[in-house]
Amino acid sequence: MTITETEAVTVPPIRRRSAHSGRPRPIGKRQFYRHLMLIAMASVMFYPLLWMLGASFRDDSQINDPGFWPGEFFTFDGYAQGFEGVGGTPFWRFIANSLLVSGLCVLANLIACSLTAYAFARIDFRFKKIWFGIMLGTLMLPHHVILIPQYILFREFDWINTYLPFVVPKILATDSFFIFLLVQFFRAIPRELDEAARIDGCGHVGIFFRIILPLSKPALATTAIFTFIYSWNDFFTPLIYLTDTELYTVPLALRSFIDATSYSAFGALFAMSIVSLLPVLGIFIAFQRLLVEGIATSGLKG
Amino acid sequence: MTTTIERPLAPAPPDAGRGRARRRRENLAGYAFMTPWLLGFVFIIGGPVLVSLYLSFTDYAVLGEAEWIGAENYVRMFTSDPRFWAALRVTFIYLLVSVPLVQVFALFLATVLNRGIRGLPAYRAVFYVPSLIGGSVAIAILWRFIFESDGLFNNLLGFVGIETSHSWIGTPSTALSTLIVLNVWQFGAAMIIYLAGLKNVPLELYEAAQIDGAGAWRQFRSITLPMLSPVIFFNVLMNVVAAFQAFNSAYVVSNGSGGPADSTLFYTLYLYQRGFVDFDMGYASALGWVLLIISGAVAALLFTLSRRVVYYGDE
Repeated sequence: MTITETEAVTVPPIRRRSAHSGRPRPIGKRQFYRHLMLIAMASVMFYPLLWMLGASFRDDSQINDPGFWPGEFFTFDGYAQGFEGVGGTPFWRFIANSLLVSGLCVLANLIACSLTAYAFARIDFRFKKIWFGIMLGTLMLPHHVILIPQYILFREFDWINTYLPFVVPKILATDSFFIFLLVQFFRAIPRELDEAARIDGCGHVGIFFRIILPLSKPALATTAIFTFIYSWNDFFTPLIYLTDTELYTVPLALRSFIDATSYSAFGALFAMSIVSLLPVLGIFIAFQRLLVEGIATSGLKG
Repeated sequence: MTTTIERPLAPAPPDAGRGRARRRRENLAGYAFMTPWLLGFVFIIGGPVLVSLYLSFTDYAVLGEAEWIGAENYVRMFTSDPRFWAALRVTFIYLLVSVPLVQVFALFLATVLNRGIRGLPAYRAVFYVPSLIGGSVAIAILWRFIFESDGLFNNLLGFVGIETSHSWIGTPSTALSTLIVLNVWQFGAAMIIYLAGLKNVPLELYEAAQIDGAGAWRQFRSITLPMLSPVIFFNVLMNVVAAFQAFNSAYVVSNGSGGPADSTLFYTLYLYQRGFVDFDMGYASALGWVLLIISGAVAALLFTLSRRVVYYGDE
């Protein structure tokens, strides 16, 4: 059933149209209006972000100014105050926590998902089709069905106020989207390479490490990038499992900012919001092509 | 429906014994590589699905024992819990309005961008950025400040001569629409998938249609839409699944309450409140199972519909 998803993205098996989308013509009148419309739309969409950026450098008294430029009210106070953090914990601590959690999640996902994907793509074992079907089925399972038993289990293990509820599910390869992505990629690697390696005496472990992984860098990078972004933005898991302020990740810290500052320190709130967006935007700028291709081929959302 | 899983090019076994040994080795290797996933499936996904089914028939408050109460949670939910119905209503309105709007924006921009325009990569990147950050708490905070009574939106309206102090997030009739706007703002990911799909539509079809005198709209309706229908189906399905699970924006904008007057009470937010604020874990589990059944039914409906509308080439 779920396999149609793959077809959905890759299906129309017809020739690429290179002439059409490839070569831009010189700007004529129609092109001009098209650019005008696109730029107008982008401006409307981006104005709120610019406004927040401006407001993060503006004095708190000017919060209602709809303009972007802080002008005479320019100040770094928001950033200074924001980095002081919440309840005695400085903000850099939240950033460090977030980096730690996201980094561990990336590592866990890379290892666990690629192992599983290798089994699905390259090893012929019993009941493989059934397991594969189940794996695809879990793609669409609403997370909230398993939330409560998971919480009870992790609580039983005394994992509240630790990062284990974030990382352990990833070590156990529960992010099926990335398994699916990697399976697709591994399958496209020619099998002749496996055969050659086998003749040279490699087993599955050798083929996995020496052939498949080195050839799958783009797919692994996509997995790493998206895992990082998801974990960095994850709000629900810390909301449930973290109560100790020292352990807060950035999204949870931002939220408690709203309560703690009770609408008096807007500059600080905006400043830290901007700071929280920077890693994601930085990754986007650095790996734009990989991200766009990742979405186009697999349907991953940001 | 049919998965084609390639088999390794096993050399013809010289005798049955070695073939069996090889198969055993493969089985062993397969399950060795699969161990993390199998453990995860049993303990993190499959097991909890069943446990939550059991819990949904109990009264369980974390501390103490789970007490079997039969179908009482479900009966209560359907007969005497107005907030459950409010949550369902809010979630369905959110889904039914925002998912189609996302497709309209995404498709429109994808078609515009696909016509050989200068600066395509830049536009693509710019329109995609909101999808990347839209789910974050930072953006939800920003949304609060945009749609307050003296927020950015009303201030900008003031510039064009519409003076209002309407609090868009503070009024039950408009609060949900601000969250819908936030979701539609993130149409970029769908747009990129549509762009990839459009690249596969053969140019000859449009040329033939032009010769037959078809205008732009006719070409879109008779060529683009049918050729893209598998991609549209995929996007709709993914967006629906995501909409059922939306949480962050409603939580941050309403400060965890789902208010005003339950107007932003997403289903997941209600489940969270029952489970992690009231610690009514049995009831929250029942809510989880109802969500599973509803989203499963909606997905099944979409698949059935897709069989009638989606065009999968000449298979």
